[in-house]
Amino acid sequence: MGTKVNLISGRTIVQGQNLDNKLSEEYFSEVATCEMNKADMEKLGVTGGDSVKVKTSYGEVVVRAKGKEGTPEGVIFIPMGPWANAVVSGDTHGAGMPQYKGIDAEIEPTEEEVLHVKDLMKRYME
Amino acid sequence: MVEITDVVCSLCGCVCDDIVVEVEDNNVTKVKKGACSVGKSKLMGHGRIESPAIRENGSLKDCSYDDAIKKAAEILAAARRPLLYGWSSTVCEADKVGVELAEEIGAVIDNTASVCHGPSVLAIQDVGLPSCTLGEVKNRADLIIYWGANPAAAHANHMKRYSYITKGYWTAEGKKNKKLIVVDVRRTATAKMADVFLQIEQGKDYLVFSALRAMLYGYEDVVPEVVGGVSKKDLLETVRMMKEAKFGIIFFGMGVTHTGARHNNIVNAIQTTRAAHTHTKFNIMPMRGHYNVAGINQVCTWETGYPFAVDLSRGYAWYNPGEHSATDLLIRRECDVALFIASDPGAHFPGESIRHLAKIPVIQIDPFPNPTTEFADVVIPAAISGIEAEGNVYRMDNIPIRLRKLVDTEYMADEEILERILGEVRAIKEKEGE
Repeated sequence: MGTKVNLISGRTIVQGQNLDNKLSEEYFSEVATCEMNKADMEKLGVTGGDSVKVKTSYGEVVVRAKGKEGTPEGVIFIPMGPWANAVVSGDTHGAGMPQYKGIDAEIEPTEEEVLHVKDLMKRYME
Repeated sequence: MVEITDVVCSLCGCVCDDIVVEVEDNNVTKVKKGACSVGKSKLMGHGRIESPAIRENGSLKDCSYDDAIKKAAEILAAARRPLLYGWSSTVCEADKVGVELAEEIGAVIDNTASVCHGPSVLAIQDVGLPSCTLGEVKNRADLIIYWGANPAAAHANHMKRYSYITKGYWTAEGKKNKKLIVVDVRRTATAKMADVFLQIEQGKDYLVFSALRAMLYGYEDVVPEVVGGVSKKDLLETVRMMKEAKFGIIFFGMGVTHTGARHNNIVNAIQTTRAAHTHTKFNIMPMRGHYNVAGINQVCTWETGYPFAVDLSRGYAWYNPGEHSATDLLIRRECDVALFIASDPGAHFPGESIRHLAKIPVIQIDPFPNPTTEFADVVIPAAISGIEAEGNVYRMDNIPIRLRKLVDTEYMADEEILERILGEVRAIKEKEGE
């Protein structure tokens, strides 16, 4: 049973710099991450770079924890991209817009590896 | 080496048009000034899709442009419920051919506004948009509010060129005589620059807009001590600053469009702007993401009457976002073919949508390999608009600007690829009709 958090996603500057370079290591190391408050990291018992599993009703994904001041307690931020989208909601509530922010999630430390983008996409083809 | 001035950036909705680059041996070798780090990264270039390709037995096999275009046309001509999606990172001339192609095959045509400012479009259709140009903001605005937007990460030149940091005709002192308010869930890099930062609880934007509206209309007494995590004291200070401004502007981003209330948030944001009109001049503008997402909304509206999520299967345009928007079509597993141009649903659509895309024929037109390439069945590489191809685009304030061509290329431009696909589709249909 993981810790309950509120998941949001969004842009970062390095994510933007690699918009046309998504198969790169730089994109991977920036976007396959989960920013959170240091207090939340302590509660989870993880440090920066540790793998964490984020689970929602829509899927689960492994990303690397990253301490980020300014992120409120109880909120996690995954940069927009394939890792965040593995766990966001496709339900548009009749408005056309999926829900990319404000998703109930659970987070827990894991020994599992973070999947590279090509391996992540393969999951959809199984 | 040739120096090219007044280069126009084809990255974000800022469409900066004062960039200087150096070109040597038909490559951009240096960005001398004007571009932010994100725009610079685009101008300096990344690895490309090297050849057109068609998927055979699970792997992409290189082929000629002719073969890839023919294959794409065959797939589209045989489709029963095709989706044509993307269009915001290419030029209006290509978008126009895209709408024609959609009409020819009775497709649903949708664009990236669908997962970006689609809710803003719905809200604007509902209650209008008291807005202005970025030039007016530069020359007049003395109060800038970023709400659910982090330009320091997403529109890195926005403050420098158009809003808080720039100097204009009536704002010659620059930020010395301006105020910046930031409303966000996280204390972002933009928030750190603000005179007032309202750190709201995630998803509570609607409540905070409502509180500000009430206060702007003089009903402070109905506002509780804390709204959405923001104290009444901070809300009163925000209202005071709004009332005292000579020219205020709210720039809003995905923080308000991506959350639960969606378009209702934006309706409330626009109504808050109207409430401010009882005291002073106030404006509101969506922080459009891609450099021509405003342009595809324009083109789609000229051509079909509607800006996004348009179903042309009936032989006339039918508009019902939530029914024919890309995500809804995919989640319902309704479309049987998808063409993606100048966008990357593999990276930016919810996983549930991608699960369906992995099962149907997908055509990709793009300069760069990306997650969509991983499941695309026909891949057609394109010239990069704004570097290798020219054309018109619309900045986030709906000002048209012409992208320049900086270098020559062997890659085909989006417009030509689409025209050729359209020609092939028409030839197939003519043959079928014989």
